[in-house]
Amino acid sequence: MERHGIHSDTQATRQKRVPVPDRHGHFGPYGGRYVAETLMPALLELEEAYGRISKEPSFRRELHDLLVDYVGRPTPLFFARRLTEHLGGARIYLKREDLAHTGAHKINNTIGQGLLARRMGKKKLIAETGAGQHGVATATAAALFGMECRVFMGVEDIDRQAPNVHRMELLGAEVIPVESGAGTLKDAMNEAMRYWVSAVTDTHYVIGSVAGPHPYPMMVRDFQVIIGEEVKEQARANPGRQPDVLVACVGGGSNALGLFYPFLDDPVELVGVEAAGESIMSGRHAATLGAGTTGVLHGSKSYVLQERDGQIREAHSISAGLDYPGVGPEHAMLKDSGRARYASIDDEEALEAFHLLSRLEGIIPALESAHAVAWCVKEAPALPPETIIVVNLSGRGDKDLDIIARRAAAEKGTVK
Amino acid sequence: MNRIDKRFAELREKGEKALVGFVLAGDPSFDRSLELLAAMCDAGLDVLELGVPFSDPTADGPVIQRGGLRALKGGSSLANAIAITGALRKKTDVPVVLFSYYNPIFAYGLEAFFRDAPAAGADGMLVVDLPPEEAAEMNEYLPDGNDFALIRLVAPTTPPERMRAIVKNASGFIYLISKAGVTGSGGLDPEGIRKQAATLRAASELPLCVGFGVSTPDDAAMLAPFVDGVVIGSTFENIIEEYRDSPDLAERLAERVRAFKTAMGETATTNSRKKGRMDG
Repeated sequence: MERHGIHSDTQATRQKRVPVPDRHGHFGPYGGRYVAETLMPALLELEEAYGRISKEPSFRRELHDLLVDYVGRPTPLFFARRLTEHLGGARIYLKREDLAHTGAHKINNTIGQGLLARRMGKKKLIAETGAGQHGVATATAAALFGMECRVFMGVEDIDRQAPNVHRMELLGAEVIPVESGAGTLKDAMNEAMRYWVSAVTDTHYVIGSVAGPHPYPMMVRDFQVIIGEEVKEQARANPGRQPDVLVACVGGGSNALGLFYPFLDDPVELVGVEAAGESIMSGRHAATLGAGTTGVLHGSKSYVLQERDGQIREAHSISAGLDYPGVGPEHAMLKDSGRARYASIDDEEALEAFHLLSRLEGIIPALESAHAVAWCVKEAPALPPETIIVVNLSGRGDKDLDIIARRAAAEKGTVK
Repeated sequence: MNRIDKRFAELREKGEKALVGFVLAGDPSFDRSLELLAAMCDAGLDVLELGVPFSDPTADGPVIQRGGLRALKGGSSLANAIAITGALRKKTDVPVVLFSYYNPIFAYGLEAFFRDAPAAGADGMLVVDLPPEEAAEMNEYLPDGNDFALIRLVAPTTPPERMRAIVKNASGFIYLISKAGVTGSGGLDPEGIRKQAATLRAASELPLCVGFGVSTPDDAAMLAPFVDGVVIGSTFENIIEEYRDSPDLAERLAERVRAFKTAMGETATTNSRKKGRMDG
């Protein structure tokens, strides 16, 4: 990363940014509402309700109080001294979303949407989940608000993220296994949309990322911007100035957008890190922005991984939360405009970063977040020591211990 | 006048209701699909909705999902569906509507699609996940003065005001989704359908067809009096799935087509007789 990159960003942001999305949910050429007619009235109702209710002082107060007293916000901004010394370059700070209740940033959004759904008179929540973090966060919100909850989860993910399945069930949610496709996040989202069509009158669909049809990409972003707002506030005290680089992993892109958004007009470099899986060349990856093309998936236009004839490809990543062939439309726009850039980290690099952070800082990161940490491992040593990087440590890694153990066992097997 | 308008005019003349059949293009293979579709058209299918297989069919139930997977495994795609339309057009005048999710069309290219599909003999399109709000991006690619029908969906959840706005820009026919759910799910609400059909009748002159969850000839006969046509999809796909290795698959589908036509014809006749009595 070169310093002049940061200065050219300053130039660009001097022009006034037009707020997005527009009233139809378009982020430039991306976004929109590509859904069957049955869902359109529900999306229009949700957009209207969100616009109205989210401005009500009583809603804002209730949300704020829950984020403080229940979620445990603000989450700390922590200087990773040993990691910084080990890498010998830029100073690395961790935004500790892993310390939020349920162990990831997902709860910021589910508490927001749960409150909204309750005020809209909905009795039930449904959600899709990949790593299970969003499913757990939705099940948690449902328990807190006394609502019924169903979570759709691919069979492959149920297998590799079993602890989160147990957590959801303990919280009173019904986990519905999805066998279609590769049994991962994309398939869970398909099934959640199918179910929602049949239950749309009394059920709110809590989409977990800045993806899906309008108003979800905007609404989920709005519920997640608290991450970036806190960083801005916290950075004033320590390190005493605003960061130079913000780094976050990108599956659908909610933790990244939550961190980036309050900084869009500031002279800060924004780096989203996608999953390169086995490798980009192998085709077995989830680098949608890095290697995808424009298409329509799950209700919005954005970058997608697809065949030439428009069939969506299966994504691949060791991290279930990044294992998705789509990405939020606002990220597509940020990529095209050059305001953010998107790198990728493969399974091996993410695993190394997972172990490194565990041993150096006593923090076991989620495999998703380990991708963002791995970007630092790669890039920080070449950056001057006065550079300040903030990494969004979006989740904790307890859910991934099985994957780590299986991987270790498999490697032993190959050595034999 | 395109083939869809012509077909509905003929049916109206005869006092018949249209049997609209949905089958996935290329299920289970290109050649077999062509043979099956031709047999269905010969047996009296009035309009063919040729489904374009898509990897992520979020509006479809398990039967059509599996049909789509079979078609994809057989190498099918939108290009394949257009080629099947072309081959079928040499054998029959039955109107063909391409029924697709948006991404295959977007990937094919809108300009190429609106050139190739009508040229092959397709008469219209229905894009299940392209509501009127997003359809504007197609407008500049629609050929001038063309009569390629843009068929629109109306759902049980669509409020009356929105319904009127949707039908204003529709052509060909209006597709009324019978229930809030995916294709192939059970539980029809005839009274709800009758009411919605009446509202649509008041708002548009276009023929009205009802689909989603209509599975038996009895269902079709029950709904036929409220509409101009009934769409049958999962039932045909079920037969393809069950008998795909059987030599008499084409005949089984043809038999089903005749059974639906007969059942719907009986209600149409009863109704016109009733009407005649009332008039007299």
